Amino acid sequence: MDTANNILNIDNLVICFAGDSGDGMQLAGNLFSNASAIMGNDIATFPDYPSEIRAPQGTLGGVSGFQVHLGSSKVYTSGDSCDVLVAMNPAALKVNTGRINSRTVIIIDNDSFTARDLAKAQFKTENAFEELNLKNQVVEIPITSMCVESLKALDLDQKSALRSKNMMALGLVCWLFNKPLEIIEQLISRKFKNKSELIIESNIKVLRDGYNFGYNTHASITRYSIEPLTTLEKGVYMDINGNKATSYGLVAAAQKANLTLYLGTYPITPATDILHNLAKLKNLGVITVQCEDEIAGCASALGASFAGCLAVTTTSGPGLCLKSEAINLAIMTELPLVVIDVQRGGPSTGLPTKSEQTDLLQALYGRNGESPIVVIAASSSANCFDAAYWASKIALEHMTPVILLTDAFVANGASVWKLPNLEDYPNINPPKVKGERPENWSPYLRDSQSLVRPWAIPGNEGYMHRVGGLEKDYVTGDISSNPKNHERMVATRKAKIEHIASCIPKLEVEGDQKAKTLLVGWGSTYGHLLEAMNLLAQEDCPLALAHFEFINPFPINTEAVLRGYDKIIIVEQNSGQLALVLNGTYKGLNTFAYNRVDGQPLNTQELVSNIKSIMEDKR
Amino acid sequence: MNKLNYTPKDFKSNQALRWCPGCGDYALINSLQKAMAELAVPPHQTVVVSGIGCSSRLPYYIETYGMHTIHGRAAAIATGVKVGNPKLSVWQISGDGDALAIGGNHFIHAIRRNVDLNMILLNNRVYGLTKGQYSPTSPRGYISVSSPFGTVEDPFRPAELVFGARGNFFARCVDVDSAPSVEVLCAAAQHKGAAVVEVLQNCVIFNDGSQKLVSTKEGRANHALYLKQGEPMRFGPNLEFGIIQDGFNIKPAKIGENNITPDDVLIHDAYNPDNTLQLKLAMLDGTNGPIALGVIRAVEAPTYDAAIHQQIADQKTGKPKSLNDIMLENEVWEVK
Repeated sequence: MDTANNILNIDNLVICFAGDSGDGMQLAGNLFSNASAIMGNDIATFPDYPSEIRAPQGTLGGVSGFQVHLGSSKVYTSGDSCDVLVAMNPAALKVNTGRINSRTVIIIDNDSFTARDLAKAQFKTENAFEELNLKNQVVEIPITSMCVESLKALDLDQKSALRSKNMMALGLVCWLFNKPLEIIEQLISRKFKNKSELIIESNIKVLRDGYNFGYNTHASITRYSIEPLTTLEKGVYMDINGNKATSYGLVAAAQKANLTLYLGTYPITPATDILHNLAKLKNLGVITVQCEDEIAGCASALGASFAGCLAVTTTSGPGLCLKSEAINLAIMTELPLVVIDVQRGGPSTGLPTKSEQTDLLQALYGRNGESPIVVIAASSSANCFDAAYWASKIALEHMTPVILLTDAFVANGASVWKLPNLEDYPNINPPKVKGERPENWSPYLRDSQSLVRPWAIPGNEGYMHRVGGLEKDYVTGDISSNPKNHERMVATRKAKIEHIASCIPKLEVEGDQKAKTLLVGWGSTYGHLLEAMNLLAQEDCPLALAHFEFINPFPINTEAVLRGYDKIIIVEQNSGQLALVLNGTYKGLNTFAYNRVDGQPLNTQELVSNIKSIMEDKR
Repeated sequence: MNKLNYTPKDFKSNQALRWCPGCGDYALINSLQKAMAELAVPPHQTVVVSGIGCSSRLPYYIETYGMHTIHGRAAAIATGVKVGNPKLSVWQISGDGDALAIGGNHFIHAIRRNVDLNMILLNNRVYGLTKGQYSPTSPRGYISVSSPFGTVEDPFRPAELVFGARGNFFARCVDVDSAPSVEVLCAAAQHKGAAVVEVLQNCVIFNDGSQKLVSTKEGRANHALYLKQGEPMRFGPNLEFGIIQDGFNIKPAKIGENNITPDDVLIHDAYNPDNTLQLKLAMLDGTNGPIALGVIRAVEAPTYDAAIHQQIADQKTGKPKSLNDIMLENEVWEVK
């Protein structure tokens, strides 16, 4: 039967694969989004997984989900709710109720909806849908038994065979959304190339059987197709998550600065993938040291910085607490250091795998004494590359630690990215000493404009000097506890960071030029804010958007931008941390706030309705 | 130009020393500068890293590259310096509080990894800079401002910690005992790997007499066992005593008494990979025999910094790769 006539073109699609931690939902989601991107769709993904590696099977705590938003035009977020939910068990259905809207099509593995499975997911009745008050279209498919049946001919035990369940679901979804299997099959072959041929064969077999099941049994239902994006510039593309983009940005900066990249770190969710990525790049000369703790990660990086490397330490909130003393030593010794905080839910251990923007004030102020530091935030997964590059450039050229804030949402989520041409990136020129030591040279002899001190790296003859955490004399750099000198040094360290405002890009304003209301955000919420602004423009609610990537110092035109609006709406995934800083820095702004601290990405529809009611507010 | 001949003066900075009169740090810094001159590593190829405490002020007084850092972290920072640039000669200066209390974790891991550091542990068994609290090496019952009724905890014995962390070099000297100190510091610097030198140090202000058995010439004549590789372990004013094996143990014995002959005296072997007897030697504390000074253990083993750079060199063989090559190893596609 020719099914081509039943294919409907749609502009975009949100699909969520959800199941047990061991069900391979992350892999299925990744393969689908990767293949879609290769076939020309724009994508934004949101992996949402528990902090337990394998929570008890079938329980609510063990549900792992992967949401992807595909578009034939640019997509900015991973989507509020999904058009299709694949729920491999009742727990996956229950946990993802919030992603279901009235039009969501739910595909379930009805082999996993037995009374026992329902009980594990704490359902009280035998009808999960009724209990959750869902009236959606449900496609029930015996995924588990079909998977076992599919692999009968192969020499596999039941447990191994069941590992391919995710491929059955993926094959079916590929059929439903008109994705040919060739690319996914190639991806599977590459993914398992170091495992056995049998694993590759079994996964591909089940994938094809899933596809064919759709083809044979549901041939008459409507299928969908998302046309490729036509607006992409020429170039080579990949889909990239934030941690990988961060890793590449650091390598690019080290190459541009002609320095060795040194990472001193300690594993912590959700930052660890940066270590994994960089540990592989020995062939590019990257040094990675997995230290005994977070403190040593930062401290050893500072030692490597003194020795002349581009030094980096990576962490998440709890680790940033531990590193703060060593960061302060970097501030005092004025040595370059890049500190990457992939934010997660806090406080304390908090929500290790969830995303928040709650470390901003900690990054800005969480150290003893007056300790000004540069703070940068990445606005998307792909933007992590540029953000890491800029963080390195500023650290090296201004002899200062820089904290780069990303978060679990951009770190794990992926977007389509055009491979950069490094020649397009600005040079990085650290203030290294050259030639013979001039008479009266001192390690704290500053550039009169930038106030940057010279970098005399051990090995340079004649430039021997000592640095340390004690206050030092403004001229000689020797220890000094003179009160006037201390005051001068405090002011100098502050002025040095403030000067950086004139070396970074200006704050850009997007949206309606005649708008009276300005939407303000920072970091990973950029996509949601842009989407919300665009939706509101269609409803005749004119808005402008200023999104901060540089937070300390603020870009030089910040005050001028903010004072140009009657009303400023500051959106954050915290209780108002940037709002506190903006209101403290620029008095008399008419600011409103929209805050969410639930560990989940923003919801665009909620954002739109909240912005609307703030706009209607007469204040 | 690198000079071939250095004098201790070449390693003296222009800063005035500010330790208490009579502090063991004065003697030790002199020995260190003598050792540096003897080793003839140029000052600009040398980095001295310290933590916090009285002795940690030392880098300011040495004319090399130096870092006076934060409490306990010297070993971690020194690790970064050495791994960042293995060509540098890196010294770490820490007191007993810095290395064994707040920095205990970094201390044992730097040793376990065998980072090529020269780690000087100045052990005066007390906190000086915070005015006299007990330290992790103060003996049980030690009375101090923070333990007015005596401590109720046992101290670390540094050698045990070093050997427990699988250390390959451990030596000991006395602050005021210059020539042997220079010798031991040179041996530590020449050893490839984490080399710990425990300096038995006096604190005239808060713990005077802490090393009284070996702090004077007479004391050392009676209580110090100066170790020499391959030589019998004899001590005493006339070398009339020796270390002999005693069943599963070692003990001091007078030669000529109880049928003990010079041939019964054990020969020192710092190079022996088995650290059993070396540890027993290090545990002699003046009450159960003499106090062993000199190089107690020195065993060759792969160093961490060299291994890291070797791994990089191995991965770099073949066609050189660029970041672009690495990015293209991902699933990429081209838009034409």
